[in-house]
Amino acid sequence: MDLYEHQGKELLRGFGIETLPGVVAATPEEAKRAADTFGGTVAIKAQVLTGGRGKAGGIKVVKSPDEAEDAARQVLGMDIRGHTVRKLLVEAGAAIASEMYLSITVDREAKKPLILFSTEGGVDIEEVAATKPESIVRMHLDPLVGLLPYQTRQITFAAGLEGDAAKGVGRTLTNLYKGFEGLDASLVEINPLVLTEEGQVLALDAKVTVDNSSLYRHQDIAELRDVEAADPQEERAQEVGLQYVKLDGDVGILGNGAGLVMSTLDVVAQAGGDPANFCDVGGGADAEKISTALDIVTSNEKVKSVFFNIFGGITRGDEVARGLLSAIERTNIELPIVVRLDGTNAEEGRSILAENTPPNVKTEETMLGAAQRAVELAREGGR
Amino acid sequence: MAILVDENTRLLVQGITGREGGFHTRRMLASKTQVVAGVTPGKGGQEFEGVPVFNTIHDAVEETGANTSVIFVPAPFAADAIFESLDNGLETVCCITEGVPVHDMMRVANYPRLQNATLIGPNCPGMLSPGKSNVSIMPQDIFKPGRVGVVSRSGTLTYQIVNELTQRGIGQSTAVGIGGDPIIGTDFIEILKKFEDDPETECVVMIGEIGGNAEQRAAEYWQSEMETPVVAYIAGFTAPEGKTMGHAGAIVSGGESTAEAKSQALQKAGIRAATNPTEVAELVAEALK
Repeated sequence: MDLYEHQGKELLRGFGIETLPGVVAATPEEAKRAADTFGGTVAIKAQVLTGGRGKAGGIKVVKSPDEAEDAARQVLGMDIRGHTVRKLLVEAGAAIASEMYLSITVDREAKKPLILFSTEGGVDIEEVAATKPESIVRMHLDPLVGLLPYQTRQITFAAGLEGDAAKGVGRTLTNLYKGFEGLDASLVEINPLVLTEEGQVLALDAKVTVDNSSLYRHQDIAELRDVEAADPQEERAQEVGLQYVKLDGDVGILGNGAGLVMSTLDVVAQAGGDPANFCDVGGGADAEKISTALDIVTSNEKVKSVFFNIFGGITRGDEVARGLLSAIERTNIELPIVVRLDGTNAEEGRSILAENTPPNVKTEETMLGAAQRAVELAREGGR
Repeated sequence: MAILVDENTRLLVQGITGREGGFHTRRMLASKTQVVAGVTPGKGGQEFEGVPVFNTIHDAVEETGANTSVIFVPAPFAADAIFESLDNGLETVCCITEGVPVHDMMRVANYPRLQNATLIGPNCPGMLSPGKSNVSIMPQDIFKPGRVGVVSRSGTLTYQIVNELTQRGIGQSTAVGIGGDPIIGTDFIEILKKFEDDPETECVVMIGEIGGNAEQRAAEYWQSEMETPVVAYIAGFTAPEGKTMGHAGAIVSGGESTAEAKSQALQKAGIRAATNPTEVAELVAEALK
């Protein structure tokens, strides 16, 4: 689960990370009031769950409350890489002496937390890695031991920091690791981490991603999820516990098992079609669950045909076929649905479908054949 | 021979009296797996389908000589269950449970005692050596004893491919689902090594997907260390960046994590990569000629 900058900062402040004072604003008037409170230069920052907002014009530095109001008017409602800006963070200004980069991620290969620190901040770390790789200090940690004081020193010395900057960054790193652990984060990134002219070390930005699997023990974070920003189909799927991801195409896709569904999307694309979504209905033949999934997939108006790809495993093909028929009865979908049933008792399942299906349901034996058929039906216009 | 599980597997089921644990224990018993013990705290002294239930793994191992465990306990307790298995000397530990927190798995993965054991999973369908032992939630009916090893990050995609192999008359030595999470106990490389050392395995099917770079590392390993042919399949070419595709570990986050990058690495190493599940079986048939 990705958090907005203002949410990430608030959580990290709880672990001792220092930030500039800031206020969340949803209207130009609120932004003006906040700017008035802070006085002087303030930053108006779009709150979106995507990167690249600076380049897209989502961050404005202004010198007065009136300018803040104008800037807020421009930024609110802006579309940044498909995300609509509905909230702003109005932050007080600071005299910045230097910009740095600090992050802790989960390194899948090493199976350990990985710290990245660089004295080159404010730009993408990938860019720094390409242009100034020598400025990046990396260190893996043993999660059973945590971050040791000597490791903090090793990082700051290796980066060539001295005096207050070294102490401030060291303290920030120690606190950030506490936050990484305490929040069950898979990523905490501060870019830029700035050193002010007064010698303070502040997080000017914060990107926090919390591991979805840990949300059961972070109810407070789970509640931060922005329901309004979510896609309507994705939101409904989340509520009923279905794995659904919306895409741009017109062939709706359902199947049992994440890998099989991913493979189904690929096969549809190979057949010249465009998948409209990923939807894993999981194992079993629960008619209620299947009908909800069908309903979600077809409520996307772009969808012109549906490909339901099922592999009968422990839940046999005949059971799945009965579940599917009863699911289709519950909905009133008129779109063509191509069903491909394979695995245990697939033949029994297919004959049950053949004898009982409404005219809009077509059965196919192979995955490739079914993909071809679904793509053709989508081209013919479906509904 | 086979890898990881065979006739000598003496299985202990953690969470045997739970809904999932119970259901799959009956299936594993039906496929002649030696299920020697179950563990459910507080239910020690009971029996489940004739299998003695213990309060702790310590007691279960002492009484029954179990050497392998399979974990069906809910995600919040899964890491603890793995630690309990490792601390009691089990050689192979398989965690079926989905949704184990990543930080819990980082601690498990760095636990020194893990070096003396093999952890499969979490979020995996388990391991099955047809006709020998079934420590899994996989549908055993689609398998057939034979010479092809299967290693995969996905469950149903494995079933699909195994089914296509079986329909062509190609049997399997062992199928291992290593799991769809970002942090798993055993990666492709360790399983490929076991298949390479198994005289019965003549070809390996490797099923990968988006996320991480385990497929690239496996490709390098195969090129430098293996004789056994490998046929690969990667899922997720159409996955958008930054979205989790069902499995917690299946997410494109730039660079190496894309299906395209993995597929290129495989081809560069000289591994045959199929473009769809059906083609996998065709390529395996060719490799076995």
